[in-house]
Amino acid sequence: MDSLLHGVEGFMYPNEIELQWSVLIVLYPFITGLVAGAFILASLERVFRVEAVKPTYRLALLSALAFLIVAPLPLQLHLGRPERSLEMYLTPHTSSAMAMFGFVYLWYLMAVLVLEIWLDYRKDIVLLARSTTGPLRWVYKAMSLGSDNISPRALEVDDKVGYFLTVIGIPSAFLLHGYVGFIFGSIKANPWWSTPLMPIVFLFSAIVSGIALVMLMYMVTSWFTGREISMPCVDTIARYLFYAFVIDFSLEMLDLLHRVYESDESFKTLDFMVHTRLYTSQVIIQIVIGTLVPLGLLALTQLVRLSESARKGTYALAGVLTLMGIFAMRWNVVIGGQLFSKSYLGYTTYKMGFATREGLLPAILLMLLPFVILWVLVRLLPPWHDEPHPPAEGAAQAA
Amino acid sequence: MTDRRQFLESSTKLLLLTGAAALGWDHLQAGEPEKAPNYHTADHWWAMAIDIEQCIGCGNCVRACKTENDVPKEPYYFRTWVERYHVEGGDIERPQVDSPNGGYDGFPEKYHAGDGSKNFFVPKLCNHCAHSPCVQVCPVGATFEAADGVVLVDKSYCLGCRYCVQACPYGCRYIDPRTNTVDKCSLCYHRITKGLTTACCETCPTGARTLADLKNPKDPIHEFLRKNKIQVLKPQMATGAKVYYAGLDGSVR
Amino acid sequence: MRALFKDQEHLARMAGLFVAGIVAFLVLQQLLVPKGFGLYGHYRAGALDDNRARPVSFAGQAACAECHTDQAAARKAGKHARVSCEACHGALAAHAANPESKPEKPHGRATCLKCHTANVAKPAKFPQVEPSEHAETGLCTECHQAHNPGMGS
Repeated sequence: MDSLLHGVEGFMYPNEIELQWSVLIVLYPFITGLVAGAFILASLERVFRVEAVKPTYRLALLSALAFLIVAPLPLQLHLGRPERSLEMYLTPHTSSAMAMFGFVYLWYLMAVLVLEIWLDYRKDIVLLARSTTGPLRWVYKAMSLGSDNISPRALEVDDKVGYFLTVIGIPSAFLLHGYVGFIFGSIKANPWWSTPLMPIVFLFSAIVSGIALVMLMYMVTSWFTGREISMPCVDTIARYLFYAFVIDFSLEMLDLLHRVYESDESFKTLDFMVHTRLYTSQVIIQIVIGTLVPLGLLALTQLVRLSESARKGTYALAGVLTLMGIFAMRWNVVIGGQLFSKSYLGYTTYKMGFATREGLLPAILLMLLPFVILWVLVRLLPPWHDEPHPPAEGAAQAA
Repeated sequence: MTDRRQFLESSTKLLLLTGAAALGWDHLQAGEPEKAPNYHTADHWWAMAIDIEQCIGCGNCVRACKTENDVPKEPYYFRTWVERYHVEGGDIERPQVDSPNGGYDGFPEKYHAGDGSKNFFVPKLCNHCAHSPCVQVCPVGATFEAADGVVLVDKSYCLGCRYCVQACPYGCRYIDPRTNTVDKCSLCYHRITKGLTTACCETCPTGARTLADLKNPKDPIHEFLRKNKIQVLKPQMATGAKVYYAGLDGSVR
Repeated sequence: MRALFKDQEHLARMAGLFVAGIVAFLVLQQLLVPKGFGLYGHYRAGALDDNRARPVSFAGQAACAECHTDQAAARKAGKHARVSCEACHGALAAHAANPESKPEKPHGRATCLKCHTANVAKPAKFPQVEPSEHAETGLCTECHQAHNPGMGS
């Protein structure tokens, strides 16, 4: 504990020396961001009729669900008294963004995501309920809610309602992650957080990370299951990723420029922090490696005609770096906002444990958990209608 | 005919009485301090007056508070603390500030007399804001402003989410490591509702800290506010802070 | 009509599930919200009582003056008039409740030096001494009377 005092430079209010929000609170906006972004990519096909990205529709929805299920877990681990967390639903304080977010989360999970997945998969669920044997049959029967109707008329109704859900799902996704931005942006006590741009920056970086995730998931799962990657699909996704990233980067640069220009009382202390304690995570990882390099790579694919395999490799690299960059952005907001003193006279350090309740190990495990859940979901509700066609097999058969 | 009317009358009475009894029972179970003798929240509007010119940085207040309120002794948890300011060459934008263990053991001498600098102590505590940002952000209602102006914490309801700690511009909140819930200055609520003063004001040897009741017309705070140049901390945050400082320098954060 | 509904029946089932969930939540809310919540504001009314229930450690000088009238009078007459008893003697509520229990006597040097050690940040008009220059050893009480600190014990 005493080592915390050694990490203090200058003056911190005595209660500020120990950081309040840990890496788990970094994880939470990252995860909800992936959810919102994945959903918005899915809505591209459904609402805006971008046919090219259709192969990723179901995968995007299932990914969103897997991550949304995990989203409350870092929060539970972080709470001082997790057993009291139900209080947020029992006696929500309507002036608290955090309390209201509980209902936004619930709305998005149940009324948007689960409903939409159910409607899109209902035909498959009923068919699987009929054809499966063993205990799994009851799972499908439960999911079908006992209804056996997959007549064309019923499916038409499903489609219409699903469309409607996606339409309200888009502003709901905006709300889901914009709200997380507002939780930070509305804190006047913290100049690093307090800006009206915060919800918008969070939202666009969420869209960027979600698109990158789905793109990577599509490429990885296709490769894993021996399915061919539709190049028009990834080309289109990469193009949208590029556009979203340009907007996101512009917004972040606007925030930076604004701060530098106005140079208010907090600027000197924040500037010093970015140049010293936050330099690696902010300048090197977030800006250079996590934004400029992937932007450059994506721009390259838009300007120069590359071969299929070159494009795939570039997209994959850009996707990975993007996810790193967006994670770094969350880190810089959450941790960065607590490294400096509200007296503007000092700095402290963040000591992240490893195998502690809020340490690196639980953070890693929580990031792996959605993939485990996704694996279960994909087995339960396969996103593909076709059988895998590994190219080698086809070539051998042709020969 | 009369039987029916009697029946209706008595059953209405019964209904009303039951309803009233239920309400009363609710109030009883809720433990209404309003109904307790002598102390009425509506009669008070608590604040504190701090006279910077009187503070000698002895640390009595810090020690007394930790004793009275069972605050953990480690240097990361303070309901109140004292800061020392050293302003050289009139540079109020870059003061040197320190608060060794919050001032708990006093302040070992660090500076030299006659170097042309300005030095003074500033005691700090929860400002019991009238428009408290910490109360605004609490998701469950575990921190609140009582009707007598004291911002309190409900220890048995707090989730330990730490949102209020982030929202407080003054750094006056901390998480009690023993209960994992938030804690902060309660203006010694258990003392002031009994007619005593706060522990910090009781042990302050110079009268630098004085508890004040703005609703009491005889309270010396009124003269204090009229006679002195008064400041609150971070007025631009519009928190409605109720700790009034006389003689606060522009360098104070 | 029947035929029309038949193709939307599964939606009705889902809607029913939602309604059941909301009703269950509302019931849960009624059961679990603590008594007295919302009575005075968005908080548990009992929290006021909880905050008032803490035990008192410092008795307050009025309590001391009830028995120790001589010391109280001596203090009132001198420079330590504004220094309460417990500022030097520490928390005395236990002693006030049970006068048989004798509290520790404050140290005749260390206690004084807590306030009176010279420090650049102290107001200039406050009486302060450099301990090494002003009676380097020995107790302050040898020359100064603690309750009425003039010269002469």
